[in-house]
Formats: sequence, structure tokens, C-alpha cells
Amino acid sequence: MSDPVTIIANWLEGLLLGWGLSPLLATIILNAIGILVMAALLLVLDIFLVWVERKVVARFQDRLGPNRLGPYGLIQPIADVIKLLIKEDITPRGADRLVYNLAPILTLATVLLLWAVIPIMPNVVGTDLNVGILYLVAVGAIATLAIIMAGWSSNNKYALLGAFRTVAQMISYEVPMVIALLIPVLLARSMGVSDIVYSQEVWYILVAPAAALIFLISSIAEIGRAPFDLVEAESEIVAGFHIEYTGMKFGLFYAGELLHALTIGALFAALFLGGWSGPGVQAVPVLGVFYLLIKAFFIYWVIMWIKYSLPRIRIDHMLNFNWKFLTPLALVLLLATAIADKALEGSTTVVYILVMLGLNIVLVLGALALARGYASKERQRVGEPKPVARPPQPTVIEQS
Amino acid sequence: MTPVQILFILVAAVTLGAALMVVNARNLVHAALWLIVSFGGVAVFYAMLNAGFLAVAQVVIYIGAIAILMIFAIMMTRNVAGDSSPRFNSSQIIGLVLALALFAGLVWMTLSWSGATTTPMPLDSRADPISQLGSALVSPDGYVLAFELASILLLGALVGALMIAWDRK
Repeated sequence: MSDPVTIIANWLEGLLLGWGLSPLLATIILNAIGILVMAALLLVLDIFLVWVERKVVARFQDRLGPNRLGPYGLIQPIADVIKLLIKEDITPRGADRLVYNLAPILTLATVLLLWAVIPIMPNVVGTDLNVGILYLVAVGAIATLAIIMAGWSSNNKYALLGAFRTVAQMISYEVPMVIALLIPVLLARSMGVSDIVYSQEVWYILVAPAAALIFLISSIAEIGRAPFDLVEAESEIVAGFHIEYTGMKFGLFYAGELLHALTIGALFAALFLGGWSGPGVQAVPVLGVFYLLIKAFFIYWVIMWIKYSLPRIRIDHMLNFNWKFLTPLALVLLLATAIADKALEGSTTVVYILVMLGLNIVLVLGALALARGYASKERQRVGEPKPVARPPQPTVIEQS
Repeated sequence: MTPVQILFILVAAVTLGAALMVVNARNLVHAALWLIVSFGGVAVFYAMLNAGFLAVAQVVIYIGAIAILMIFAIMMTRNVAGDSSPRFNSSQIIGLVLALALFAGLVWMTLSWSGATTTPMPLDSRADPISQLGSALVSPDGYVLAFELASILLLGALVGALMIAWDRK
């Protein structure tokens, strides 16, 4: 009884084969059921996430949050969904109808696709791709495309501006993210997410904390959450790419963003926090889901904490931070980790962790010192008095 | 027909249909989006041939970089994204003849190759294609020279782009 997923799958397979179906057809049906159940569970979890998000932001802002519908306002998200469903569905004039309707679906679908490679408990994973990490990057590329499609097809200048910003941001932040993802790959000697989870005898956040931090920052930029929410900066371009969407189409973007944040949490957990591993998992594999969700929700909470604590950064700062700080730091970290990992071959685990941790801390402190020097120079440059344009003084004509 | 053959025919139809729409769409952004569908179809072929790495690389490079760059360039260009651009120019006949000749040549070459009719050998399931690919790229008996030359070419392109964009004061 310790591993219900495997038991149910075996039982269903036996049942289907007993009906006289061919093994291939049985496998296809089983896979389809698996995909359906996983997607349905995630989407139901997504409704719950709306409540989590509203409650947590309320605590951060010293409010109570939804508390009228049901105990602790738990029925509030259902009411939100009903409200979104019965709103008028508007397609703006001149919009490209097919692309316009496809974009929100694609946005949510790409987030669900990410779960295909996240192992949820021992031996239970959608598909154990041996190129899992690259797959994550590829799906991220499709997510960028969905936002461009939304921005372009809306036939709205602000939406198009939002799409341009998205491309600038998502493509730039993909670079440090990919390099940071290479570090767990390097440590686990495998690109499969399952293998990375299995090889984490010590959590990689201890061995590669800087890579974990870079992954978290660039992931937040990929989701487009504050402080990287230039994509939908309400004070500048109203709502960016989803300005024209109403009702449930907007709801899909919103749900996609929330679920993406949790997915990033699950990915972070799988890559740096040991995934489903925890005490007692070998005996009772179901506990793995529980551990993974705890870790994922913790990271989700960190992402919310960052979102509601930091102001939006300016677009040039956003790009400078990426290209002049994160990318070089990630590159140096990758080289240093590779060399140190080779040099420490055969040393004990404690020594290995301590040296790796020390290396990470030294590199990050060095990078921060460089950034501080640059910042003080920049402050001086900005602080210098600048020539100010003044209107020409009008000559006053005395009227007699 | 085996299920793999049915899948192959379906994917091939989608890929070719999308490719046809690329040259047939009046709207350039639509053409680029159809191109993405076509690229995705090619990625599915790679995945069906057990070349997972190539499939994912196809999506990352062609959809994630090239197609998005293309859409970006189209959207930045004034008056190109409208529906008014003509679909054919004066050399359509030559183009048709060349395409047919190329297709006929490819079919002839494939049919005259002995490998086209033999069934492929099953892959060794224990071997890890990724690590084999990785060691082949950097081993001296493998493709290290080609790999390094390609790296230098890319570095040169990178420096060139930097030089063009450099703000000389």
C-alpha cells in the first residue's frame, strides 16, 4: 500500500489486458489517463493557488485577505473563477482571432508541459527524459512565443510594447538560467531530472548555493513577476501583453503565472533541494509527493516574498543586471565548479561540501565587491550637476 | 500499418502542410508562426528516431531563437506585417521547376540507396547517446577539430556583432 500510483497503474494495465486489448494500446490508454490525471490535479491546485496568493500577499501587507466565503475564505477562488467565466468575452477589432485565442492556451499549456519531467516521488515521473534540463529550456522558449503571440495579435500598441519587453527580458535571462542549470548537470553527471534528484546525497543548494540563487532570480524574470514585471508594468504600458484579454482568457494568463511560480518552486526543489527525498521516503514512497510539495510551496512563498517586497526595476537596470552581473558570475561559477569538482575527486563529503561552499561564497562576495565599486562610480556620475535646458527668457515689452 | 507509421504520416502531413502555408500565407507573422509549426514537426521526427537531444535542440534553437528573432524583425519593420504583400513574384515558374527537380533528385537518390529498404537495427538500450555524443565531440579521434572550428566561428560572429553595435564616442 506504500506506492498507490504503481499499484493502480499495474491494476489498470491488468484490467485493460484482461479485456483483450493489445499491450501497445493498453500503454497508450494508460499514458493518456496519467496525463489527464496529472493535468487535472495541477489545474485544481492552481485554483487553490489563487487563495494562497491572496492570503499571503494580505499578510505581507498587514491585511486579512479574503475571509468572507467559507472558512478562511477558502471558497473565494471558486467565486473568482465563476466571475471570470461569466464576464463578457471581448475580441478587439482588428485582432488576429486565431492567434489571439491560441496565446492564453499556449501560455498555460507550456507550464503544464514542464511537469512532464519533474519527478513527483521515487519511480514516478511523467517521462524520464535523458535531456530533461534542455527540455525545460525548450519549453521556456515556447512560453516566450506565446507571449509574443498575445502581444502582436491584440492589435494594441501597449500590448506590442509589452511583447517587445518580454522578448528582451526572457531571452536575456535565459542565458544565466541555462548556465546555472548546467551546474547541477555537472555535479550529477546527467541531464535527466530524475538522475539529478537521485544523485543528491547532499542537497545541491549546499554545494552550489550561488547557482541556486541565479536560477531563482532568472526564473522570476522568466515568469515576469515583480521586481521583473516590466512586461506588464501598469504605470507605463497599462497591462502589457494581456491588456485586451477579458474573462477566462485573462484567467488563463493569471493561472499560468501562478502555476508557473509553483512549477519553478518544484523545479528548484528537484534541482537543488533533493526533490522528493526526505526521511522515510524509501519505505513509504507516497511521502515523496508531500516533501516535494512542501519544498515547492516554500520556494513559491520566497518568490511571493520577493514580489511583494521589492519595487519594479528600470528596464536598463534589468538588462545591465543580467548581462553585466548575472551572466559573467554564472560563467565564472561554472568554470570554478567544474575545476573544483575535478580537483576534489576522492575527498570526503564534508571536505567537498565545505570547499564548494567556500568557493561559492568567495566568488559571490568578489562579484558583489566589483558591483559595489561600479555602483559608487555610477552614483558619482549621476550625481554630477548636469547642464539644464532653460526656456529663453522672453523680453518683456512694456505696454504703455 | 504500425502505429509508428501512422504517427509518421500524420506528423509528415502537418509538417509539409505548415511548410506550404509558410510560402502561402499573406501575412508575414502568420508565415513565421507556420514556420514554427513546421520546425516542431521536424522535432517530432527526431524524437521518433530516438534522437531526443536533437529534438530538444531543434526546439531550443529553431523555435526559441531563430523563429522568435524572425518574428521580432518582422514586427519591427514598418508596413511589412500587413496583409497586403504579394505572394508570388515573377520567378514563380523557375521556382516551381527547380523545386520539382530537387524533389525528384532526392527521391531518385533515396530509392537508389540500399539503406532505404532495409529495416533499421534496434538501438542498444543500455548505451547513453548523450554521453556518447559528448565524448565524440571532444575526443581527438572524434570531431574535436570541427567542434573547435565551429566554436571559433561562433566567437568570431559574437565579436563581430559586438563591433557593429559598439558605441564609438
